[in-house]
Amino acid sequence: MVNIKNLYKEFGSLMAVDDISFQVNQGEVLGFLGPNGAGKSTTMKMITGFLTPTSGSVSIDGDDIVNDPIKVKQRLGYLPEGAPAYPDMTTMAFLDFIAQIRGFKGRDKSRRIDDTIQRINLDKVVYQSIDTLSKGFKRRVGLAQAILHDPDVLILDEPTDGLDPNQKHEVRNLIQNMAKEKVIILSTHILEEVHAVCNRAIIIANGKIVADGTPTELEAKSDNHNSITISVRAAADQASELRKSLLAVSGVYKLEALSAADSGLLTYQVFPEANRSIIAEISQHIHQQNWEVEEMFVNKGRLDDVFRTITTGV
Amino acid sequence: MRFSQISVLFKRELSSYFATPIAYVFIVIFLFLSGIFTFYLGNFFALGQADLSTFFTFHPWLYLFLIPALTMRLWAEERKSGSIELLLTLPVTIGEAVVSKFLAAWAFTAIALFLTFPMWITVNYLGEPDNAVIAAGYLGSLLMAGAFLAIGSSISALTKNQVIAFVITVVVCLVFILSGFPMVLDFFSWAPQIIVETISSFSFLTHFYSIIKGVIDLRDIIYFLSLIVFWLFCTAILIEMKKAD
Ligand SMILES: Nc1ncnc2c1ncn2[C@@H]1O[C@H](COP(=O)(O)OP(=O)(O)OP(=O)(O)O)[C@@H](O)[C@H]1O
Ligand SMILES: [Mg+2]
Repeated sequence: MVNIKNLYKEFGSLMAVDDISFQVNQGEVLGFLGPNGAGKSTTMKMITGFLTPTSGSVSIDGDDIVNDPIKVKQRLGYLPEGAPAYPDMTTMAFLDFIAQIRGFKGRDKSRRIDDTIQRINLDKVVYQSIDTLSKGFKRRVGLAQAILHDPDVLILDEPTDGLDPNQKHEVRNLIQNMAKEKVIILSTHILEEVHAVCNRAIIIANGKIVADGTPTELEAKSDNHNSITISVRAAADQASELRKSLLAVSGVYKLEALSAADSGLLTYQVFPEANRSIIAEISQHIHQQNWEVEEMFVNKGRLDDVFRTITTGV
Repeated sequence: MRFSQISVLFKRELSSYFATPIAYVFIVIFLFLSGIFTFYLGNFFALGQADLSTFFTFHPWLYLFLIPALTMRLWAEERKSGSIELLLTLPVTIGEAVVSKFLAAWAFTAIALFLTFPMWITVNYLGEPDNAVIAAGYLGSLLMAGAFLAIGSSISALTKNQVIAFVITVVVCLVFILSGFPMVLDFFSWAPQIIVETISSFSFLTHFYSIIKGVIDLRDIIYFLSLIVFWLFCTAILIEMKKAD
């Protein structure tokens, strides 16, 4: 279990990380979200022991990263932002170095390296020097380095940045397959990724946690959540009548017109009052009014909206 | 300090010299310049002495420019490329990393120094030199190189810019050389003897020249070793302070 308590990091007058606390348990894949400069990478650098916190503590199963750095680092795998490596080494030489410094020797070492190369699909670039690799392959070498020793805790700073769609998919599968017996913390700007791999998401803005929950819970915070989009076949001059009638349905909070009426369709997004579901009421109303409905669906609320609302304070 | 980690880091560092042209350029220039200095500037043949004292006498000046070129990338490059973040989140301590990098650079210099062996063969062919004195010369040269390298390591930790690291290292090393230079010491001739001696006791030259004469005084060796330890210690502190910038 990773336990982060009241973490602060000050750079001069800037409070890059401002009182962050959370716990992550085995089996959790935690996604860090937040605008550029929010403090995601800085937090990760403190978790992995690269930066010393201004105050606060990070521990893994009770071992503190500041007091017991070597013990903690042995159990950590870390892909730093930008996936730095030693450019003049070949992929093979680099992974060999990592395996050695992680304490592997002989057969065990070669087996680990081969295994990692298979898992990350690095076969093609094994003997290529790292500075001639494409951006995506560099990232994959960084990922390989992080998982080579099968760490209990995996910290990945933007692991899929620069990967092609196939590789993104592969890496997400890889993460999901490893998830059960590990603690995984990753940061990303791709919100769909949070859905694909994370079972928990934390949104950080200005160094503070502004939301923490499962992706579904976060989506529920969206204004769009449980709103209903409905298209009714009707002439334009019926619009105001329709609007009035929809607003009168119990539980409806507001209404937004979505399309022009010249197609013969009137489309609205109907928002419920807080924490209500209005699909039953709306369907009943439609039935009573005998409207000709072309399309109707419940919006789930998108992470994008929540992200934007929360991090811009609108 | 764990030997296992130091040895892995040391091997990676040392092989990185040979992965780029740095190693070959350095070695060729080193051999070329030591030849020029010895035979041309040092009048090796005209002196008619069968020893390598002229060869060693020029080493401080050779190192003054060559060693900063070797050490400027030591930490500056790691910081610039961000690989320092990878290195220091592996299970190694800063101390282990500092020592390994230093030892690799030192070993590399030792290789370059070793490749001057044709000089030694030449003097042995031409006459009958005191080989013990020559051995002392090599020892002294290696120790002095270590001190230069340790200074360079510190200064490389101070900045991300390799050119700045080079220039500052040259200047600092120059101070350590000049403080034993007769001209500088004459300048302090008005001062009490004790001050002049203190200044000159800080000089590479004073200690180095006494070793290459074949007088192996423990104090000279301790002087270089303690300089190395001191500057490596500074390197570790600087890395700890500046790694995040
Ligand atoms: N070494 C440093 N010195 C000074 N300020 C820094 C340093 N490192 C980070 N910062 C500042 O701290 C803040 C947080 O940066 P951080 O890299 O953690 O953001 P992030 O959430 O990872 O952003 P991104 O999504 O762009 O990667 C930024 O304002 C950044 O400029
Ligand atoms: Mg970042």
